[in-house]
Parts: sequence; structure tokens; C-alpha cells
Amino acid sequence: MTMAMLVAPRLVHLSAVDVVIIAFYFSLVLGIGFYLRGRANTGEDFFMAGREMTAWVAGLSFLSANLGALELMGWAGSAYQYGILATHWYWIGAIPAMLFLALVMMPFYYISKTHSVPGYLKLRFGEPARALSAVSFAFMTVLMSGVNMFAMAKVMQIVLGWDINFSIWVSSLTVAIYVTLGGLRSAIFNEVLQFFLIWAGALLIPILGLYEAGGWASLKLQIAQRASDQYVHLWSGLGSFTGNPMGIHWTGIVFGLASIISMGYWTTDFLVVQRILAAKDIRSAELAPIIGAGFKMFVPVIVILPGLLGLALLPVKLVPESVAAVTGGNSYNDVLPLMLARYCGPGLLGLGVTALIAGFMSGMAGNVSAFTTVWTYDIYRPLINSKGSDHHYVNMGRWTTVIGVLISVGTAYLVMQFASIMDYVQALFSFFIAPLFGTVVLGMLWKRATGLAGFWGLLCGTLSSISMWAWVKVDPSALRYVALSHHAKGLAQDMYQALWSFIVCVTVTVGVSLATKPFPDSALKGLVYGLTEVPAVGDVALYQKPLFWAAVVTVVFIALNIMFW
Amino acid sequence: MVSIWFFIGISLAVNGGLILGAGIYQLVNPPENPSIVLYNLHANVWWGAVLLIFGLIYCFRFKPGRQS
Repeated sequence: MTMAMLVAPRLVHLSAVDVVIIAFYFSLVLGIGFYLRGRANTGEDFFMAGREMTAWVAGLSFLSANLGALELMGWAGSAYQYGILATHWYWIGAIPAMLFLALVMMPFYYISKTHSVPGYLKLRFGEPARALSAVSFAFMTVLMSGVNMFAMAKVMQIVLGWDINFSIWVSSLTVAIYVTLGGLRSAIFNEVLQFFLIWAGALLIPILGLYEAGGWASLKLQIAQRASDQYVHLWSGLGSFTGNPMGIHWTGIVFGLASIISMGYWTTDFLVVQRILAAKDIRSAELAPIIGAGFKMFVPVIVILPGLLGLALLPVKLVPESVAAVTGGNSYNDVLPLMLARYCGPGLLGLGVTALIAGFMSGMAGNVSAFTTVWTYDIYRPLINSKGSDHHYVNMGRWTTVIGVLISVGTAYLVMQFASIMDYVQALFSFFIAPLFGTVVLGMLWKRATGLAGFWGLLCGTLSSISMWAWVKVDPSALRYVALSHHAKGLAQDMYQALWSFIVCVTVTVGVSLATKPFPDSALKGLVYGLTEVPAVGDVALYQKPLFWAAVVTVVFIALNIMFW
Repeated sequence: MVSIWFFIGISLAVNGGLILGAGIYQLVNPPENPSIVLYNLHANVWWGAVLLIFGLIYCFRFKPGRQS
């Protein structure tokens, strides 16, 4: 392995102070890991961070687990490509789901004292549903981690000229060390640290960009001249598939993205839900997603706005990845590093690059810590060794962390050899989210749902999602049936595929439930709406109540959508 | 246990200090051909100072042993 082997061409050049800032970040995260190693001796400590996180720590960690470097660069690129429409993934594609998690679903997760989402399925539907969900989640999580690892190493090669092997091994070994030592608590601490680094490193771009553009009104005019007026409108062009740069209809955004995909991701993906389960009490558990939602609304300032500024201000025209690979030009995904290089001198550049590295590493730590918990509690303990001591399971968790990182590294090298694997793994991940949401939400809200129905609904929903994807893969023209239009593009397929697979899951679950014997009410206490007494948040002032802050977030959310209509 | 906010304070203060230092060095030794747009705003000086101040406030507010 070589130390930071330099390969030309690259987008940015680091100075000595930039390298010191990056090195300091690595020292700090490892230092936190070593500091916390004595506080991860029991299962509750290692896997659940002792269930003692405050609402702020859990909320920021919940948001950070989703705020990876590839997310930042990818959505900035999408903003350049599609305009402000990309903001839907941060507003209607996130905020309602986060509030739904906080006010409707979190009480059931929290009261049941489950360690994981598959763990809830075990309590509600039985072992088959848990096994199906746990195996698919564990498998996909490490594969996704490997794919992200390769993608990030590739970005580091393009942006900084770093050797791919160097990026993969340094980042993965650092994550392996601090998660093995400190467990979930260490992962959460570093995610909160990453949250601050991302804002500190990225906020300067929109500030200086708007200054250069002459303000928001002037920026809109420049975008309209270089692209189209529709690039700065959230909803007004969604009345038809051809009226907006994304080729999507408002029904896809509302019924596919907001109602299914984001609900599935933010309420059932254990990677993010695990952070909330570590909250110290029910009020903190409800407040945490609301705090996350409050900050999520403003993430477009550091992600979408730089993409729009790039569209208006960059002298070069960015092109799709496939074109850039042939012509040697810059792709849409390069817009954030290009804007970073445009405004950030020595020191600031190092902080911006550190923010990207931190985003990637905490995303990987999130994947690994979630994988470790699901493997140990939902696969190893029920299916392989149910008689181990708490100490035994903690050791299993530490070893699983190392093995999970190594599988991720192996996947990264596999992707390096066979690039098409990346598309397959990313597609596979999306198959499970929508049906899982159907199963969990029916389990929580409908007491008639039976164990057999939970399993078959989840299985049929997942298989239907895979079938639709395979159908379009074999016959691309089938997209007009799946996404309801000849003009639909890739993102529209995701929306409608999720919607149909959710409907299949719910239909099968309801049908099988009505044909099978229901659980007695006594077996569902603490798991289902109507049979569970949700503890009050306590006698606290109005401004300390989750419902109050959920209302505030809702008002701001509606106002923002109207402002950018 | 040391608060997470203390670690964040350290991170912001050290990064802010380094960025401010780099900015001041550039003020004293200005490059002939600045490679960045809006160099005249000296963003690394004031942004570094902002981070340093926030970092120090966090370090002091959440230093180990201090009751919150």
C-alpha cells in the first residue's frame, strides 16, 4: 500500500494544513473509540449504547446516519441535473415520515424494548417473518457498505488523486477499530461529530455562492437563462410527466416517494431506527426524529443549493457519468467538489474534504453497527446458539464488526472487478424497504394481522418488487407499465415499483390474515395500537412536548413548500 | 463520562484555529495568483474565527467535571 499515491488529473490539491486537518479527524475518531472502549462491556452497552442517549444526540445521529458523503455529492449532482426538484427527497420525501415515526411508530418500538426492527417482527408476527427480514437486512447491509466503500474510494481518487487501496483500507480499518472498541455508542458519537463537520465544511459554499450570484432572485434568473425556469420550482411543473426536468408526475412524488419509499426508509430501515432505540426515555425517543426532521429541512442549503449554484456559476458544463467517462469531462456528481475547490482555500478545503470522509465513515459505521446487532440478536442467538452468556454475545458482536468490515472490503474489491455488481446491489436494497414498511405498519396498527400473514405479505411484496425490476431490466419498454408513462425515467420507476410492491404486501397480508386464526389480544399488548397503553411524556412544559415541536416542524415544512412552489 | 459536546468543541476549535492560522498566513503572504473565487473576502480568516469561537465555547461549557 502506498501513502496517498497521487494520480493526475484531480479536482483539488491539498496543502499541508489541509492534510493536518484530515489527520486530526482520524486521530480524534480513534481517540473517541479508545476512550469509550471501557463502556461497551454488556450487550445493552455494546448494541444499544446503554439506552441512555439524549434526544439531541439520538436525533442528530439519526440524521447523520443518512447524511453520507455519497448522499451529499449525489444529491448535489441531482440538483445540477434536475434543479430544485431534488429537494423533494429532503422535504416531502423525509419530513412526514420522520414525524410519523416519532408520533405513531416509535412508542411501539420503544415500549416493546426490541433491539431491532426484525426483533419487533419476531414479537409481532413470529420467527419466520423475523428470519426473512433479518437475513435480507444483514446480507444487504454489508453489501451496500462495500458498494459505498468502493464508490467513495473512487471519489477520493477522482477528487484528491488518492490510491483506491489506500482509501479503502485506511477508512475501513479506522471504522473497524472504533466500532469494535466502543460499539454503538462510539458509532453514535462519531455520527454527531460528523454532523458538525459537514455543516462547518459545507456551509461556506452556499454563503459565498449566493454572494457571487447576487442573491436568490438573481440566481433564479441565471438558472432560467442557462437551463429552464422549471429548475427552480418544486411543484408547479409536476402536473405532467413532460413539464419538469425529472420526467415525474406529482402522484409519483406523493404516493410513491412520500407515502411509501420515505416511510419505509425512515421508519423501518434499522440503520436509522437503531439510533432512536438508543434514546434514554420515551420522550427522548419521540423528540429525536423530530429534531432530525427540523435539521433535515435545512440540509438542502448545503446539498441542493450548491448544485443550483454550480448550474448557474460554473464555467464548465457538467455531463452524465457515462459521458464523462468517455470524454474525460466532469460529471454531475463532481459539482460539490468543484464548488468546494472554487471557494475554499488552504484549511477550508481540508475541512470540506474531512466532511466528505467523515460522512462516508460514519455511514459505514452505521451499516456495520446495524449489521452486528441484527446478526447477533436476530440470526446468531435465535438460530445458532441461544444459550450463550451476555459476555459471549458482546464478543460475538465485536468479532462480527471485524468480519462485517472485511466482507464490505471484499465486496468493494468485487465491485472493482465487476462494475455491474454495483447496480444490482443498489437495486436489491430497494426491494425490501417498501414491503417491510407494509408489514411493520400493519403489524402496529391492525391487530387482526396474523403471524402467517406477516411472513407471506413480506415475501410476496419483496418478490413482486424483484419481478418488476427484472421485467424492466429484460424489456426496458416495460417501464411504461410500471411507471405509468412512456416519458418516465429511472427515478420514477423506483417510486412506482415501491408503490406496487407495498400494495401487494398489504393485499396479501390482509387476505391471509382474514383466512387465518387471529392472535388473542393478550399476546399483542405492547405491540399493537388499541391494545397498548402509550406512556405519557410526563408533566412537562409545552415547549418540551414532542407534539408541540412536531407541529412547529409541520408549519415550517408547509411554508417552505409554498415558498418554492 | 466526557460529553460528546466536549469532543465536538475540540474538533471545532482545532479546525477553526488551523483554518484561521492558514488565513492569516495568506493575509501576510498573499499569493500572486489566487486560485479561488472571492479570495478578497478572506473566508478562511472569518470562518476559521467563527469555528474557533464556537469550539472554545463548547469546550468550556462541556469541559469534563463541570456540572451542566
